[in-house]
Amino acid sequence: MDLINAVIVLLNYTIIPALTYGSQLALGAIFVTLIYGILRFANFATGDMMSFGTMFAVLLTYYFQSIGINFGFLPTALLTIPFAIFMMILYMLLIDQTVFKYYRIKKSPPVQLAMVSVGVMFVTQAIIRIIIGPTDRRFLDGEKFIIKATEFKEMTGLAEGLTIKSTQMITIVVTIIVVAIMFWFLNKTKTGTSMRAYSDNEDLALLSGIDPKKVVLITWIIAGILATIGGILYGLDKSYRPFVYFNNMLPIFAAAIVGGIGNPYGAFFGGYVIAFAEIFLTYAYKRFLVYLLPESLEPNSLMQLLSTDYKFAISFSILVIVLIFRPSGIFEGKRI
Amino acid sequence: MRNYLNIIIAYSIMMLLIILVGIFQSWSIALTIFNYCMISAVMTLGANIQWGYAGLINFGIMGYTALGGLAVVLVSVAPVPEAWSVGGVNMMTCLGIIILMIFSTRYILKNIQKSNKRNYLIAGIIIVGLILIKIIAGPAIEQIEAVDPAKTGFLGGLGLPVLFSWIVGGLFAAGLAFIVGKVALGLRADYLAIATLLIAEIVVSIIKHEDWLARGVKNVIGLKRPAPYEIDLQTSPWFINLVEKFHSAKLDLANSLSERQDILNQLVIDASSVYVKLCFAGMFLVVVIILLIITQKALYSPWGRMMRAIRDNEEAASAMGKNVVKQHLFIFILGSAIVGIAGAMMVTNDGLFTPGSYRPMRYTFVIWVMVIVGGTGNNFGAILGGFVVWFLWVEAAPIALFFINLFTAHLPETNEIKIHLINSAPYFRFLLVGIGLLLIMRFRPQGIIPEKIIKQ
Repeated sequence: MDLINAVIVLLNYTIIPALTYGSQLALGAIFVTLIYGILRFANFATGDMMSFGTMFAVLLTYYFQSIGINFGFLPTALLTIPFAIFMMILYMLLIDQTVFKYYRIKKSPPVQLAMVSVGVMFVTQAIIRIIIGPTDRRFLDGEKFIIKATEFKEMTGLAEGLTIKSTQMITIVVTIIVVAIMFWFLNKTKTGTSMRAYSDNEDLALLSGIDPKKVVLITWIIAGILATIGGILYGLDKSYRPFVYFNNMLPIFAAAIVGGIGNPYGAFFGGYVIAFAEIFLTYAYKRFLVYLLPESLEPNSLMQLLSTDYKFAISFSILVIVLIFRPSGIFEGKRI
Repeated sequence: MRNYLNIIIAYSIMMLLIILVGIFQSWSIALTIFNYCMISAVMTLGANIQWGYAGLINFGIMGYTALGGLAVVLVSVAPVPEAWSVGGVNMMTCLGIIILMIFSTRYILKNIQKSNKRNYLIAGIIIVGLILIKIIAGPAIEQIEAVDPAKTGFLGGLGLPVLFSWIVGGLFAAGLAFIVGKVALGLRADYLAIATLLIAEIVVSIIKHEDWLARGVKNVIGLKRPAPYEIDLQTSPWFINLVEKFHSAKLDLANSLSERQDILNQLVIDASSVYVKLCFAGMFLVVVIILLIITQKALYSPWGRMMRAIRDNEEAASAMGKNVVKQHLFIFILGSAIVGIAGAMMVTNDGLFTPGSYRPMRYTFVIWVMVIVGGTGNNFGAILGGFVVWFLWVEAAPIALFFINLFTAHLPETNEIKIHLINSAPYFRFLLVGIGLLLIMRFRPQGIIPEKIIKQ
């Protein structure tokens, strides 16, 4: 019985939150990695692009609520996803045409494109703040919980309760669906294969008749879908605040590089590595150990390896370690 | 002379803009902007040494700025004897353990062949060291933080003059740059950018959350100043006399003695803040000029030519027998040290250390915009970039407000769009800086004042 209780504690406070957070990071990391693999630059506007898509979801959710449309027990925001994605892709294509295209055709070094993306980051942040403002917004409606702690205790008779928030379940399910479709697209369809070819060797791909314009277009469309869905899922789970999205860029980068930048499988995996490391290293294990150890050995302290203040620092340290020992990431980088 | 014409024109326009702010807003605001412009210029000089001379991309400027700020606290604040007596010994032991760890790791790296055994040994040393530190430091930190937490709760500094901390700030930053350089300089450009950015985040989060060191997010206020305090000036007779002499015409217009006294008081208060800012401006100007002379000499020395050669073609420079790795590390340390000095200057100017305010937006990306806009590889350009971008950053809100009012003049005051736009005026600074960066990168990628290569 104690063992089950201990497992439930672990599930409740570490595994489920880590899976949720990891899924959100994974979507962002695949976005970073796609841009890096195909357009060949580190996109510093990542966080703000995710924020841009989410902004439309927030605004549309408010609009839908005002005219009385809802999605039953699911959050209304899910209904707004297609519209938000559409706006996001429009914005990305606009930015690509006006800003990135020039440097791509000129074949500028990646650093220059990265600096340009810093400019895009500033502009995107300005637009977001001017439209929606920098305040914290919650836009979750519908059922909040799938299982509440008290219900779970009654149901099973255990001492520990298990809480599963609906946003956690939605995040995990949506991520699996989106990522599965994306990998199917990249591996099985002709367009996906041409994207992989373009990423592997641009000259060879052009020689074999792949249209670079189409590849770039499709890349931005997939990037738009990933960025918007990742952003909305994060916003539903926590809350929407532009500044936080900008900060999330850093663990997302960490996830992409840890997995091997340019490699979507690596990025997907990297998201979970970062999330699990952050949560497992900052969790206070006292309650978990109380169940497992005999009473005489019960710990006095919180049994916390690092304070939660260092959550971000952990993911960055992992990144630094990976960069030193395996610069191409856990999976070999630069392969889509 | 012709060569310098565009530099002189650019600087004159910049000065004119600041003087205009003085005339239309107030001299105090103009001087604040001027001081911050100079601090930004020093940061930009540092970043320009790395990017312009050597092509190293360092997005960790925030971390070095924060370390420079930390140096001010650790050098100038008076020590807290109670905190030292309860936890000093333990903290010093921890410092000893860290030094021991570093040296033993070095010893292993030098004397044992590259193998799994070596990796395990190093990992073992680090883990044992961390556990020891946690055991020794844990209770000490709690005790230190319990010492009068509202006011101190940290070890305090050394109580030395604050100007000394500018040098220490540079040294701190150089130390961090040495470690970062050893770890990350081998990476390619965009990886280096990300790695330095993340390492800077780690540094800031340590400063933020280790309260025993510098009070963390509780901030340290009332730092020492190398300039006189306003309140002292307002009561010293020589200063009041000076103000009286300066404004005698205005004072003579007063009708009665009491009215004259009121006007004089107001003038003295205004003048005291201007005077203090002028003192800072003088000190910063000295730093900027010294750095400018040194960097200018370095740029046109054989060493500067070598750096450019390494930047433009690493393989060729390496084939000519230049040690690329060593020079990269050296220039990385040099540039970061200058950024550290700027960080210390900034905290001295503010008189307070607020770790929570160190954010990548303001302390990394804006500085980078300055470097790119001003002109990479040209020190005059870098300083100008610092001035221009900081000026835009500060004055963007008033400028935006002016234009919003101009374009929405026909709308009634209650119009929702108008109110919304007026409320979001502060955010136009991001738009202005971002568009500025994009335009410069597109149409004048070498910056306002481009790099100039003197052919011998």
